[in-house]
Amino acid sequence: MSTVLAPDPQLDPMVPTLARITRKIDEIPDVVTFEMEADGWSGFAPGQFNMLGPFGVGEIPISLSGPASKRERLVHTIRAVGPVSRALVELQEGAVLGLRGPYGAPWPVERAQGRDVMVVAGGLGLAPVRPVLYDVLENRDDYEKVIVLYGARRPEEMLFADELSTWRARFDIEVAVTVDHASVGWHGHVGVVTSLLRTVGYDPANTTAYVCGPEIMMRFAARALTDAGVAPGEIWLSMERNMHCAIGLCGHCQLGPVFICRDGPVFDWARLRPLMQQEEL
Amino acid sequence: MSGSGDPARVVIDANGIDTLIAILAKRGYEVLGPVRRDGAIVHEPIASTDDLPRGWIDEQRGGHYRLKQEGDAYFAYTVGPSSWKRVLHPPRQPLWRSEIRDGEVAIEAASVDTQRRALIGVRACELAAIAVQDRVFLEGPYQDRHYAARRAGLFIVAVNCGRAVETCFCVSMDTGPEARAGFDIALTEIANGRFVATAGSDDGAARLAELPTRPAEPSELDAAAAAIETAAGQMTRTLETEGLPDLLTSNPDHPRWDDVAQRCLNCANCTMVCPTCFCTDVEEVNDLDGGGAARVQQWASCFTTDFTYLHGGGAVRDSVRSRYRQWMTHKLATWHDQFGTSGCVGCGRCIAWCPVGIDITEEAAAMRGARGGG
Ligand SMILES: Cc1cc2nc3c(=O)[nH]c(=O)nc-3n(C[C@H](O)[C@H](O)[C@H](O)COP(=O)(O)OP(=O)(O)OC[C@H]3O[C@@H](n4cnc5c(N)ncnc54)[C@H](O)[C@@H]3O)c2cc1C
Ligand code: SF4
Ligand code: SF4
Ligand code: FES
Repeated sequence: MSTVLAPDPQLDPMVPTLARITRKIDEIPDVVTFEMEADGWSGFAPGQFNMLGPFGVGEIPISLSGPASKRERLVHTIRAVGPVSRALVELQEGAVLGLRGPYGAPWPVERAQGRDVMVVAGGLGLAPVRPVLYDVLENRDDYEKVIVLYGARRPEEMLFADELSTWRARFDIEVAVTVDHASVGWHGHVGVVTSLLRTVGYDPANTTAYVCGPEIMMRFAARALTDAGVAPGEIWLSMERNMHCAIGLCGHCQLGPVFICRDGPVFDWARLRPLMQQEEL
Repeated sequence: MSGSGDPARVVIDANGIDTLIAILAKRGYEVLGPVRRDGAIVHEPIASTDDLPRGWIDEQRGGHYRLKQEGDAYFAYTVGPSSWKRVLHPPRQPLWRSEIRDGEVAIEAASVDTQRRALIGVRACELAAIAVQDRVFLEGPYQDRHYAARRAGLFIVAVNCGRAVETCFCVSMDTGPEARAGFDIALTEIANGRFVATAGSDDGAARLAELPTRPAEPSELDAAAAAIETAAGQMTRTLETEGLPDLLTSNPDHPRWDDVAQRCLNCANCTMVCPTCFCTDVEEVNDLDGGGAARVQQWASCFTTDFTYLHGGGAVRDSVRSRYRQWMTHKLATWHDQFGTSGCVGCGRCIAWCPVGIDITEEAAAMRGARGGG
């Protein structure tokens, strides 16, 4: 294991660097995307996250949601759900906040080369997995079919709707969306995201899947994919747990033997299944 | 040199230890040792052996800790509620401050504590606990810089135990009662305020050479060995560790977890007194004038629901059962996966300081379907 020694106070892994919001995009209610710049930022791998800390409030893990190939791009998509995320979402362009990262094990994107790519996302889970799609679409020829299945609670809570439409218009990527609750004017699919699996054509034996969303949705998706014949070792999930340090020292994110922050957040289903089978682990 | 003794083992008396304390203080060490405070043995700065709780012993069992006067030994008590964790990984550690002045933000990292400290009277199980926390804080991909700084400056004077209490089970955990590594000097108290001393490091040997000592006589070496054997022999509590990690991780639904959940009060005492428990919260503390804020790391416990709180879903470990299971399984099983060692060193603190006397050895034995404990 490589050691990140921090003899210099400025190199303490718990001390953030300064980041500045350069652009704020309102997505759906309570959700914003920030484009940012930060001292010393030198890129990330899809699936990694930063600890973002609005000063005087706290610090929380937020995935990178932009393209990883553009090393200078630093993009986060955040939903306000509690004190820290609310404070973040309320920041305006020009605001300065603390940033530590990037942390965590990434989505293994290249693993899917020569295979079908299946992205299954629920709710805000589309943000952490979006960098996978950017990478795959930039190197489209390296992959077979590319399928995106996305579920939102309501039509008006569909994240990145414009981008989904743009992708849908391409002939080389299949996008299927669903909502839990239809509203007036919705003519699309209604039901859980796993119900979309039956509507798309792919080769389960030659598929790598990237799944991100609420834990319950990920469980169902992983089971449905396994039932369809996708190997458990080819189904990748990103786990969420309470995190205070992101570097394996605070103990909060443990799931049995693993630290989600350090060994994950991305794991394959073969590894996760026995852990997720135990309630309240 | 009399020729009859082992030159590596010398005899030193209380005056010699006073000299050691003085030499260490002169070299810039803050010297910490056991003292009696509010009915318990805790660690505080000491100036001489007069500060040690000579003539006091402890009585411990499940949910019980009491000091009483007996004999005239300097180190006849065992481990108390405060472990050296308080010194190396303190309950509250500022990490950094942010100041906002005229719209500009400045971040100032908390300075590390470079004060060198000499720890007097560190027991074998406590050396093992320090070695466990070294793995947690220093040997992973990231280091705790504050722990590293405090750890780097230590001079450790270990004391081999000549007496064990009912809660001790270091023999089972293979950590004591004799200090084997990780000290600068180790002492074994024999009679009449005399100690057999050995060096465990070059630094320790150099300090020992500055003290008034004489080579130990064979009878004194025998007395030292007998003292350690007495402690080992007094240990009635056992923890069978063979196959234990698998047993615990493969029995998440064992009825014993429900049983212990009926008794556990969720007070988190066990995690606070445990010398290896390392978990922390990171909290923001705002200045009263609103100009700045501090990020502070504080001890946390897996016995609270906050510990695993997730927006939307609440606590991941919502039941008492799941929280006790996490604590004990972490100590005895998953710690091995994470750090290549047991998270329990057999000090018995969690047993004595649990208000309802829950006993990790008894719980582990019950999981095996055996009777255990002490
Ligand atoms: C790997 C990972 C990636 C994630 N990616 C994203 C993402 O891309 N977008 C997104 O919107 N969400 C993401 N999340 C979820 C996000 O981290 C949570 O929504 C967030 O932690 C909620 O924090 P909160 O304070 O707003 O709400 P709460 O749920 O009230 O707080 C959650 C926890 O935050 C901490 N906390 C709260 N207040 C303070 C405080 N004052 N000081 C210190 N700590 C405090 C505490 O640990 C608290 O238990 C991700 C989570 C993980 C683990
Ligand atoms: S679990 Fe109990 S006996 Fe083991 S090291 Fe911690 S406090 Fe001591
Ligand atoms: S086991 Fe005992 S000390 Fe630990 S939380 Fe439960 S009641 Fe408290
Ligand atoms: S978040 Fe602290 S150990 Fe993982």
